[in-house]
Amino acid sequence: MNERLFGIHGAALTLRSQRMGVIASNIANAATPGYKARDIDFNAALDARLASQRGDATAAGDGAAIVWRTPTMPSLDGNTVELGREQVAFAENAVAYSATLSFVTGKVNTVTRALKGE
Amino acid sequence: MPDQPPMTLFSMTTRAMSAQMVRMNAATSNLANAGSVSSTEEGAYRPIRAVFAVELDRASGLAGVTASGLVRAETAPTKRYDPSHPLADADGHVWEAPVDETAEMVEIMECARQYQNLVQALQTAKQLMLETLRSQ
Repeated sequence: MNERLFGIHGAALTLRSQRMGVIASNIANAATPGYKARDIDFNAALDARLASQRGDATAAGDGAAIVWRTPTMPSLDGNTVELGREQVAFAENAVAYSATLSFVTGKVNTVTRALKGE
Repeated sequence: MPDQPPMTLFSMTTRAMSAQMVRMNAATSNLANAGSVSSTEEGAYRPIRAVFAVELDRASGLAGVTASGLVRAETAPTKRYDPSHPLADADGHVWEAPVDETAEMVEIMECARQYQNLVQALQTAKQLMLETLRSQ
């Protein structure tokens, strides 16, 4: 039902929100020795989520889409967070979240209008 | 910790901001004690540093940060010959706190940058959440 109404946008919105948390974790741990920066491979995560929504038992879990960042220059304390990259990733993710949200809102408005019969 | 509430974006940022504040306070204490002298080597001030540790919340996949403690640097105090100093020992030596002012200033600047970054990220996230709530 959810998938038929919103297409990929329902799953995409959840994933965007999850990715926001992951990138915020990286920003919070910018000074923690030994911390390895993570990110979500959005394509893989979305495929996995849609497959599990269709009832595909062989679908990979959400954890499979987690990727580790490769630092441009490794630092002495083993931390792989680069603030500039995290900022860009966060901004890109926020814009994509807004876009997905407006798609969902549009769908909801369409259905509401159809229900009211205006 | 089973009785802890699940970590949210807000609680994670709060804890990270507190951790940065501990770090900032440690660096400021070091700066305040720069140039302080003592009559014994053991009594001289040693710079303190905050130690950060990751706090992984498996339920939400968020990784917070906490200041797990403070350590004293093992740097040896600087021995200076100054017989006229009131704190000088029998040989006329005083021990000065081994504080590197430049390093402490850089530490404070880095800390302020990371704090700003956290606030900015939280602001964006909060705005998106509000947008999601208000759209209908």
